[in-house]
Amino acid sequence: MFKIVKREEMANGTVILNEIEAPLIAKKAKPGQFVILKANEKGERVPLTMADTDPEKGTITIIYMVVGKSTALFKSLDEGDEYLDIIGPLGKPTHLEKLGTVVCVGGGTGVAVLHPITRALKEVGNNVISIVGSRNKDLLILEKQMEAASHKLHICTDDGSYGHHGFVTDVLTTVLENQKIDLVVAIGPVPMMKFVSKLTKDFNVPTMVSLNPIMVDGTGMCGGCRVSVGGETKFACVDGPEFDGHKVDFDELMLRLQAYTEEEKRCYDEFCKIEQMKKA
Amino acid sequence: MSEKEKKKPVPRQPMPEQEADIRRRNFDEVPIGYTEEAAVIEAGRCLQCKKPGCVEGCPVGVNIPEFIQLIADKDFTGAARNLWTKNSLPAVCGRVCPQEIQCEGKCILAKKGDPVAIGNLERFAADYERTQGTGALPPRQDLTGKKIAVVGSGPSGLTVAGDLIAKGHDVTILEAFHKPGGVLVYGIPEFRLPKDIVAQEVGFLERQGVKIKCNAVVGSTVSLDELFEEGYDAIYIGVGAGLPRFMNIPGENLVGILSANEYLTRANLMKAYRYPEYDTPIPKGKNVVVLGAGNVAMDAARTAMRLGAESVKIVYRRSRDEMPARNAEIHHAEEEGIELFLLTTPTQYLGNAKGRLTGMECIKMELGEPDDSGRRRPVPVEGSEFEMDCDMVVVAVGSGANPILTNTTDGLSLNPWGYIVADEETGKTTKKAVWAGGDIVTGAATVILAMGAGRKAADSIHDYLTIGW
Ligand SMILES: Cc1cc2nc3c(=O)[nH]c(=O)nc-3n(C[C@H](O)[C@H](O)[C@H](O)COP(=O)(O)OP(=O)(O)OC[C@H]3O[C@@H](n4cnc5c(N)ncnc54)[C@H](O)[C@@H]3O)c2cc1C
Ligand SMILES: Cc1cc2nc3c(=O)[nH]c(=O)nc-3n(C[C@H](O)[C@H](O)[C@H](O)COP(=O)(O)OP(=O)(O)OC[C@H]3O[C@@H](n4cnc5c(N)ncnc54)[C@H](O)[C@@H]3O)c2cc1C
Ligand code: SF4
Ligand code: SF4
Ligand code: FES
Repeated sequence: MFKIVKREEMANGTVILNEIEAPLIAKKAKPGQFVILKANEKGERVPLTMADTDPEKGTITIIYMVVGKSTALFKSLDEGDEYLDIIGPLGKPTHLEKLGTVVCVGGGTGVAVLHPITRALKEVGNNVISIVGSRNKDLLILEKQMEAASHKLHICTDDGSYGHHGFVTDVLTTVLENQKIDLVVAIGPVPMMKFVSKLTKDFNVPTMVSLNPIMVDGTGMCGGCRVSVGGETKFACVDGPEFDGHKVDFDELMLRLQAYTEEEKRCYDEFCKIEQMKKA
Repeated sequence: MSEKEKKKPVPRQPMPEQEADIRRRNFDEVPIGYTEEAAVIEAGRCLQCKKPGCVEGCPVGVNIPEFIQLIADKDFTGAARNLWTKNSLPAVCGRVCPQEIQCEGKCILAKKGDPVAIGNLERFAADYERTQGTGALPPRQDLTGKKIAVVGSGPSGLTVAGDLIAKGHDVTILEAFHKPGGVLVYGIPEFRLPKDIVAQEVGFLERQGVKIKCNAVVGSTVSLDELFEEGYDAIYIGVGAGLPRFMNIPGENLVGILSANEYLTRANLMKAYRYPEYDTPIPKGKNVVVLGAGNVAMDAARTAMRLGAESVKIVYRRSRDEMPARNAEIHHAEEEGIELFLLTTPTQYLGNAKGRLTGMECIKMELGEPDDSGRRRPVPVEGSEFEMDCDMVVVAVGSGANPILTNTTDGLSLNPWGYIVADEETGKTTKKAVWAGGDIVTGAATVILAMGAGRKAADSIHDYLTIGW
């Protein structure tokens, strides 16, 4: 059993942070790796990136957006409650190297995944520029942490309620036009990663993205997480989750993410109804 | 009256089963099991051969005439105990062994007609002991203080654990999934092997003192060398062959195409067939195609039928004679309305604008010269392409070695396909104090072979711990 020692709500309760006791995983985890969590006997196995780890305390931190039944169930867990199963660390760690100037681009909860990578890229000696975006000011997460992890932080909101009015790609274009960039790391919604990769391709700047296909085991035994990279099939859980953004077939990934839309919606609606009944 | 005349007229006792048109839509076990009466009659058919061929046919050498005699004498507990001396999972093997090519294939009676139903009797004795027996634990030798880690909780790992705990060692199983049992829980469906049986077998080991740590992906959560540092004296690797193979033909990533591993894991381990009571969804195809013709393919096809498919087809590139599945499963599948498309192979998948599968282009095959496996190689018949409508395909064309553990372990020799090199007699690998067995050594095989390898390794580990490497 894996106990939640700290729980926080962010972005108006749409994003939740859990710090969880998992000493073995905390000791081993490196930036870019993820865990799979299962809340209870009947629950789904849900992959989430480790936003932070504390090997001394023996804890890992996850930050997730509530999008469906399983994440809603996770949200209902309080401090002191437990996850039944957690496995990890899974996936390949981020390749960390001093390259020069690196731009880290994050959107939505992707920022939670991006943060430990940004921090690590700075720690190995890169000049780090970060660009984070959200739909509006209230949905922005980890602003302070990203500020500390970068040399320069740009913020964008779709509605202009905070920072630059517009998309992360607007700011990225300006950055790419004005200085030599050695690497772009983009993590966020699939369309965002797709457009960032398109842009950086024009500028010929290597780009790394972190993919989030549907997973079951996370250990390379089901093939459900397969993605096309450079025309080859890869298993994101063991070959990734990070890949060369210029080679990823984002359109295929988007279609594959829709595989269970109907079932997911039904399951989520049902869960919300029950939760509401409990409250009433 | 001579022995022969007395026994000849008794026919092989049929196994009572759920009717095909009922069971094809439920997940309850198909064969219901012998009554005591039927078991005793069937046991009476055994000729108690002096040189029993059946025993030679069993990879672990179960004392077949002995346990059958005990059933004939109505000492069912005695029969189960006798089975345990050679086979720690008789309730499983009685259900899933390919008896027709093993014990029953070598039974003297098979030559003239129907062999003794050894598998059914084995299942009967084990079920009797499980449900009505004393539940007494086998004796345990004096504690040795030696610690063994068993990686993987499939039939191979469970056997090693059972043998070594009985010899007085301290045994811990480390399993990547959240439930122990390996293929017995994630692969083989409920209607063929009820999960309660596996849970009970695992519980039996735990009652004897075996510790089970789930959620431990050895190679990433902890490495073999770290296990030695933690104080383990020996390690057994039984991680199976869990890497799915695809066909590498165009369109393979369309939504609706799944590996058998994914499909069966969702259905069995995650209990998606009880969705939405359980949270994990599973695709429900109307026109389902399963590629391959082994046990895995039969399980996938029969699962699809039970999940409400209108049609389920098995597409296989060779002919019926080469189908590797157990006879009983092929027979059950056909009874349940699953169609066989033999000498056929897909050449590409067809999809719509939403990236969903709509069909498959296939080509007819004919059998040519024998290949390495000794089977006649299927070759495409030119110009025989045709289209097959389908909205779901389950790929069950075999599996390979998962590299998660082997990639992160130094000093372990692998063969060119990524399987671990281990001594056939002892299971010793090239790394000191590390043994391996089961599918990760042989490639995908059978439950009983994985158990046999486990038993040999357990003996060798015991020798190592008491005598030396
Ligand atoms: C390696 C990896 C790391 C991730 N890290 C984070 C993270 O740090 N923070 C975060 O908010 N989200 C992250 N995700 C996404 C997260 O796993 C999904 O949002 C979550 O599974 C949704 O489950 P649900 O039941 O609440 O929603 P559902 O209603 O099931 O689905 C909502 C959406 O989530 C996707 N999804 C559903 N099941 C899975 C699954 N088993 N695996 C992946 N995606 C799925 C669906 O395509 C759908 O678009 C990550 C995904 C992967 C693969
Ligand atoms: C669907 C299906 C149907 C089958 N039907 C039959 C049948 O009817 N009759 C028959 O005889 N055989 C059948 N087989 C084959 C048989 O199940 C296997 O040969 C047998 O299970 C192999 O046993 P094993 O112990 O080597 O490995 P497995 O049963 O594969 O168990 C390996 C275990 O190791 C775990 N593991 C893997 N990697 C790690 C790691 N790094 N760390 C920790 N744990 C790990 C896995 O999660 C798994 O639980 C079938 C197989 C399948 C898939
Ligand atoms: S273990 Fe399998 S092969 Fe051996 S006797 Fe039992 S059913 Fe037959
Ligand atoms: S070969 Fe057949 S008849 Fe002879 S001992 Fe074995 S099961 Fe009995
Ligand atoms: S999640 Fe199963 S192979 Fe990647």
